[in-house]
Formats: sequence, structure tokens, C-alpha cells
Amino acid sequence: MNRSLFAIENLCYLQNGPYSFTIDEHEIIGLSGASGVGKTQLLRAMVETILYSGSLYFKGQKPEKFSPSQWRRLISLVPAESMWWGEYVSDHFPDEETEVILATLLEELGFTPEIVSWQVERLSTGERQRLALARALVLQPAVLLLDEPCSALDSQSTELVETLLLRYRQRSETALIWVSHDEEQLKRVADRCFQVDQRGLHVRW
Amino acid sequence: MQVIPLSTIDLSIAAALVVFLALLSNRLGLGLSKRLLISGLRMTAQLMLIGLILRQLFASYNVWLILILAAVMILIAGREILTRQKIRLRGMYGYGVGVISITISSFTIALFSLLVIIEVEPWYTPQYAIPLIGMLLGNTMTGISLATDRLTTDIHTHRNLIEQRLYLGETWQRASEDIRKNAMRTGMIPIINAMAAAGVVSLPGTMTGQILGGSPPLEAVKYQILILFLIAAGTGFGVVAAIWLTSRSLFDKRYRLCLEKLKKVQ
Repeated sequence: MNRSLFAIENLCYLQNGPYSFTIDEHEIIGLSGASGVGKTQLLRAMVETILYSGSLYFKGQKPEKFSPSQWRRLISLVPAESMWWGEYVSDHFPDEETEVILATLLEELGFTPEIVSWQVERLSTGERQRLALARALVLQPAVLLLDEPCSALDSQSTELVETLLLRYRQRSETALIWVSHDEEQLKRVADRCFQVDQRGLHVRW
Repeated sequence: MQVIPLSTIDLSIAAALVVFLALLSNRLGLGLSKRLLISGLRMTAQLMLIGLILRQLFASYNVWLILILAAVMILIAGREILTRQKIRLRGMYGYGVGVISITISSFTIALFSLLVIIEVEPWYTPQYAIPLIGMLLGNTMTGISLATDRLTTDIHTHRNLIEQRLYLGETWQRASEDIRKNAMRTGMIPIINAMAAAGVVSLPGTMTGQILGGSPPLEAVKYQILILFLIAAGTGFGVVAAIWLTSRSLFDKRYRLCLEKLKKVQ
């Protein structure tokens, strides 16, 4: 247990569970399952924004060992549909220390550096989705929880995102949990894959 | 100068205006006539009752009677604050927030001004204590209920946005900052506007009353200034307390937004 990077043990929420698995450094776990089965809720439970029972471990340590902010910077959820609160893109990247990382990220996601001065209103759905990914990645989380990260993207942007994420996982102490409805995509990116239903996880490969 | 006493007939003529308005509204199909008449009747009954109670109080000078009256008014105001919210905190906590913030905004501020500013002997002299508490209650209650209503409604509406800010490791204070700011503004705008318009666009109630009662205009104006400062400060402290107590209770110690603590009222 202590050797793995991140683990969930008998995790239950609402009518769902128990779910258990462990994920190691550099690993990508794919999650598939019917719409409405509770995949998003499963991710939300891992970042403690819904009530759950059971245990979560980051390198053998429970969330209570960390402040809620620290936990969510280690285990970061990227939502399928992003919300934006500031007027400009730059309002959502307040941390000046991460400027260099951000510049690289934006380039890798196919943006020009000027995008940060844009008004959020001008962004397309696909641009928002890629920027939401950048928003989480600048914080350099250890475990990235991706809720259909390419649902609004064309094939070209999908490829950019996949390439970026496959490179991101090379960092030490990094793992990805990737929810997708796209079978082909999961086959391309995931080392292991689980089918999620209300009762638990079923190994697909 | 003497106040000209008003007879029942005088008041009936004024009431007839409201009845006429209700008939007109009904005739034009604009609604509201029933509510208008009911609240008119309610207002008359409530004020007559308080007139009778005040007559007793003024005669007795009993500190306990004044404290009991203040407590009853505060408890009613707390309920009023709660019922004005479309989305409110479940259980007694929601009521408690209203009572605590209205106590801060009216009772403590009134007490402070009686002891430190007006320095009337004894502090509970009904002629000063009752109008001050009443005036502060009525005015600060509006600000507190507007702010709380705005806060709970916005938190409910923008729950996804708040949650996404939490995903990025923000604290609950930061994730709800914009919403709390807006609630503060909503609660404070009426009194800020009232101060800005005082004397220019409107002649506020206290000085109007005192002038009608025969006080020299400058004395009346000084009391009005005092009252407006007290209302502004009281509303501000009350709103700050209400926003803090409400938003604090909507996040648990793991910064989870506890929407289950809110209930929608039709």
C-alpha cells in the first residue's frame, strides 16, 4: 500500500461503491462506463468535494495529513466543462512564479502567448477545455484526474492534448486517471483500464 | 410649537387613498390589491399596539420591560430575515445567523450610542432607547436580509464555479470571495444610497418626525446624521457577521461546499 503513489480503498459515495485500486508513478489508468454511472462523482470523491466513506492515500498518507488546498494541488481534477470567473484568461493564472511553465504549456497546447490577454468570452468550447487543462497543469499536480479531457476537441487538438499528457506523466511522482467514452483513445493512452459500474470496478486490461 | 392631534377621521381619509388605489389596481387587472389592503391593516394594528405598549413603557421607566421588548423585536426580526430568503440554511442555524447579526447591528449599536454618544441618564430612558433600537432594527434588517439572500442564492447558482476553484487548491474564502463581495455590496447599497440622497433628494424620517414634532431644524438634522451613521455602521457589522456565519457554515473543514445545508423555499 505504502509503495504506490495514490490509492483508493473501499471508496463509497451516494449509492456507489465500493471502489478500490492503486496507481503507481508514471501510470495512466483509463476509466470507462455508461453515462450517469457516476464516473465524475468518483473523481469528485477523490478530491473530497463530495461526501464519501472509505480511504484515500497519497504515498500512504491520508488526506487529513494535508490541508484541503495541499491535497487538491496534489490530486487535481480537470472538469469536462470548465467554468471561468475572471474577465480575462490571465485572471485564472494568478501565480507569477509559474509563468515559464505556463508559456511552455500554452505552446504545447497549440496556443500563441497572446491568449492570456484574451477575454474569456471570446474563447471557443475547445479552447476553454484546453485552457482548463493548462490551468490545472501549471500547478504541477502529482495525480491528474481527467474528466473527458478531449470531449470538445477536434482530432488535431486531441492529438496535442494526448501528446502533452503522455509527456507529463514522465515526470517523477506523476500519474493520470483518465475518464473517457472514446475506446480508441483509452487504448492509445491507458496502461490499465477499468469499467466502472455502481457496484465496483471491472478490469478490462 | 404644538403638534396638531390627528383624529380617527383624519387617518381614515389617508386610508381611503390606499383603498382607492387597491380598487384602481383591481379594476386595471394589475393585482396586488389584496396584499396592499392586508398589509395596510397589519401596519395599522401593529402600530396601534406598539403605541399602547410605548405609553406603558414611557410611564414605567422599567429597564426589564425595555429589554424584553428589544428581545421580542430582535427575535421577530431574525425570523423576518430568514423568511425573506428564497434559499436558506436548514434548521435553527439559519435563524440563529439572523438573530446574531441583527443583535450586533441594532442592539449593541444602540446601546453604544446611548452610553457613549447621547449619554442619557439612565441609558434605558424610553424616549431615546426605544426609537433608536426600533430605527436600527428596521433599517439594518433590510441590509442583512438582502445580503444573506444574495449570498445563499449566488452560492447555489454558482456552485460549479466555486467547486472548480476549489479543484485548483483555492481556500473556501478565496473560492467564494467574489460572491461574498457581491453580497456585501447588495446589503450596503441601500444605506449608502440613503446617505448620498439625504437632504438633497429626500428628507429622511427622523428629522422629518422631529421637525413635525416642533424641534428646531438644526437639532433635528444632527439627530438625523447620528442615526444615519449608526444605521450605516450597524448594517455593515450585521452584514459582515451574517456573511461570515453563513458562508463559514456552507463549507466543511475539508473545504467541501455543503449544499445539503441549504433548502429552497417556494
